[in-house]
Amino acid sequence: MKIVFTAKGTDMNAAMDPRFGRTEYFVIFDEDLKSVESFDNRAIEGEAHGAGPKTAQKLGELGAEVLITGNGPGGNAATVLKTMGTEVYVGAGDMTVTEAYEAYKAGSLKKA
Amino acid sequence: MKIAIASGKGGTGKTTLSTNLASFMAESRECVLSDLDVEEPNSGLFIKAELIHEEDKFKMIPEWEKSKCELCGNCQAVCNFNAVLKMGKMIMVFPELCHGCYACSELCPTDSLPMKQKKMGELKSYKSGNLNFIESKLIIGEEQAVPLIKQTIDYVDENFGEDVIKIFDSPPGTSCPVIEATRDADFVILVTEPTPFGLHDLKLAVETVKQMGKPFGVVINRHGIGNNGVELYCIEDNIDIIARIPNDRLIAETYSRGELLYPTIPSVKEAVKSISTYIENIEGWAK
Amino acid sequence: MKEIVVISGKGGTGKTSITASLAYLGGKDLIIADCDVDAADMHLLMAPDFGQSEDFYSGEIAYIDQDACIKCGKCQDVCRFDAIPIINTQYVVDPLGCEGCGYCARVCPTDAISNSQPKVGEVYVSDIRTGSTMVHARLSIGADNSGKLVAKVKNEAKTLAEKENKIAVLVDGSPGVGCPVVSSLSGASFTVLVTEPTVSGLHDLRRVYELVKKFGIKAGCIINKADLNKSVSEEIKSFLKEEEIILLSEIPYNVKFTDAMTNGKTIVEYDKELGNIISESWNKIIRAVWNTGDPK
Repeated sequence: MKIVFTAKGTDMNAAMDPRFGRTEYFVIFDEDLKSVESFDNRAIEGEAHGAGPKTAQKLGELGAEVLITGNGPGGNAATVLKTMGTEVYVGAGDMTVTEAYEAYKAGSLKKA
Repeated sequence: MKIAIASGKGGTGKTTLSTNLASFMAESRECVLSDLDVEEPNSGLFIKAELIHEEDKFKMIPEWEKSKCELCGNCQAVCNFNAVLKMGKMIMVFPELCHGCYACSELCPTDSLPMKQKKMGELKSYKSGNLNFIESKLIIGEEQAVPLIKQTIDYVDENFGEDVIKIFDSPPGTSCPVIEATRDADFVILVTEPTPFGLHDLKLAVETVKQMGKPFGVVINRHGIGNNGVELYCIEDNIDIIARIPNDRLIAETYSRGELLYPTIPSVKEAVKSISTYIENIEGWAK
Repeated sequence: MKEIVVISGKGGTGKTSITASLAYLGGKDLIIADCDVDAADMHLLMAPDFGQSEDFYSGEIAYIDQDACIKCGKCQDVCRFDAIPIINTQYVVDPLGCEGCGYCARVCPTDAISNSQPKVGEVYVSDIRTGSTMVHARLSIGADNSGKLVAKVKNEAKTLAEKENKIAVLVDGSPGVGCPVVSSLSGASFTVLVTEPTVSGLHDLRRVYELVKKFGIKAGCIINKADLNKSVSEEIKSFLKEEEIILLSEIPYNVKFTDAMTNGKTIVEYDKELGNIISESWNKIIRAVWNTGDPK
C-alpha cells in the first residue's frame, strides 16, 4: 500500500501539513517496501486557482492509494481523488507523520 | 441614467442607501434597482415586491466527449486556470475554475471539448408599482461573480428604456467584481462612514473610480460618529458630499427588522430627497 | 500550529475591531495575519512598522509588441473578454479587461504577444504595538482577489509563529463566502463568527457557516450590537444551538465600540465594560481551542 501524507517536511518525523491543495510536501510511505520518499509541492504556491485538483493530479502520478491529511481536501480536489479511487483519512493535522500513520493503523482517524 | 452605489469598505450602508433611494424615487418615476452583490445579495430583504420573472443564467464551459479524444493533453496545456486536467485516460473539467476563454475547446485537434451551457446563477425580477427590482445570485460553489454581474447589467439594458433610472447596488471592495459592476455607470455614489476605517477604504474606492474615469460623489452614513477625517479629505480633494445620514440607534433598529427607513425617519427622507435631486440634476445636464 | 480565524459573512459587523482586541489580549503569544486583503484595515489599529515588504504577483496580462504585430486581428477574434480593442489603428490589450487566459498569445502568427505576471499587491511583515508581529497585505485596485494572496499572508504568519514558538496565529479573515474566505479558513483550528442581529446579518451568517461546516471547523459566535433587535438575536441564538456553535458573547450596541477605533485604540484598551465582554470571549476561545485553558 502506498500511503501519502501532507507534510511540512520530507521524512516520517515531519509535522503534518493540515492543508491538502497547498501542502508544502508529500511524504510517501510504501508499506510493502518499507521505503520513504518525498515530493516538494511548494511550487503550487504560484497557482492562484485550482491548487486542489492540480495537487490531486500529482497524487495520482505518485500512485497513492491512501491519503492522510488534516482538514481534508476541498470540493474539486475531493472529486479528483474519488475518481482515482484514493482513500482519504482526515484529522491528523496536529500530528507528526509517524503519529498520523499510527493513528491510521489504530483506526482512530476519520475516513473522509 | 445609470447610478452605481459602491464603497471600499463593507457594511457602510450601500444596500441601505440603494434600497431606500430606489424606493423613494419610484414614488414619482419608473426605477430599476439591481443587486449586483451576486455572492451575497441582501437588498431583497428590504424590498416587498411581486416576483414576475426568473431565469437561469449560464456560462459556457467545455464538456469532454471521449469518442474522438486521443488524450493528447493539449487541453490541459493551454488552460491557464487549472480547469482542465488529464487524469490517466480521462479528461476532467472543473467548471468553477473555468473562465470561459474557449482555448481548450477551439485548440483541441479532435473537437472533443465542445462548449456547453452550464448554469451558474439565477436572475429574479420583481415589481411593485414603479419600482423594478432585479436580484442575481450565484449558485452554491460558483465563485465567479463577474460573468453574472455582466449578464445582469445586460438584462437591465435590454429590458428597461433610457428614461428609467437604473440603480446598481455593487459588491464591496475594489477588486474585479466591483470594476465590472461600475464599468457602465454614468455616476458612482460612494458610501462611507466618518471613521478611520471608513476614510482608509474610501480613499481606495476613490482611486478605483478615478482610474475608471467615472464621475462620483460621496454619501456619509452614520454621520456623527468617528471624526471629521472624511469631511476634510473630501474638501481637500474637491469631492462632492451629496448627503449625510445621521447616526441614530433608531435607524439601526429599523434596519435590523428589514424595514425601509425613509418612510418613518425624517433625516433619511431628507437625505434620499437630496440625493434624488442631485441625480436628476446630473441627468438634466447630461441631456 | 493553532489557527484562530475571525470571519463574518456580512461586512460592517465589527470583525476587524474585535480581531484587533483579541490581538491585543493575546499580545506576544500570537502572530497576527490580516487576510482581509481587499481593503485591509487592521493596520490602522496595530501601528505596524511595515518593516519588510515583498511584491506580490498573480495572474497574467497579455501585451502586444506593436513592432512585431502584423494587424491580422486573430487575437481580437479569439478574445472572449473584449479585451483587445483597436486604439488609434493599433491592437492594444486592455489590462482591466484581460483575464489572462493566454489564448491570444497562442494564436498570434508572429509571436507578438507575450504574457507577464503583473504585480497585484504587496505583502508586509511588521512589528506591531502589541509587541508581536503582523503579516498583512495590500491588493491593487481591480486585482483578482483569489485565495492566493490570502494563502501567502497566512503561510508567512504560520511559518513565523512556528519559528518563534508562538501559541497560535490569529487571522482577520476575508468577508463574504468566496475563494478568499475558503483560503482564510483552510487549516483553521477554530473560527470566530462575528454577526449582528439584523435580517442581513443572520442571512449572511447562515451562508458563511455552510462553508465552515463543510470544512468541519469548530466554531464560536460573537453577536455584536446584540440588543439592537431582541427577536433576531433570539433567532441567531437558536441557530447557534442547533448547529452546536459556542455562543462566545453578546456585545451591546454602544457607540464606544466605534469611538475606540476612531481614537486608534482597540476596544479592550478603550472601554472597561465592552473590554470585559471581549476578554471573556477570548477566555472561552482559549478553552475551546486548547481544551484546557492553558495554551502553554
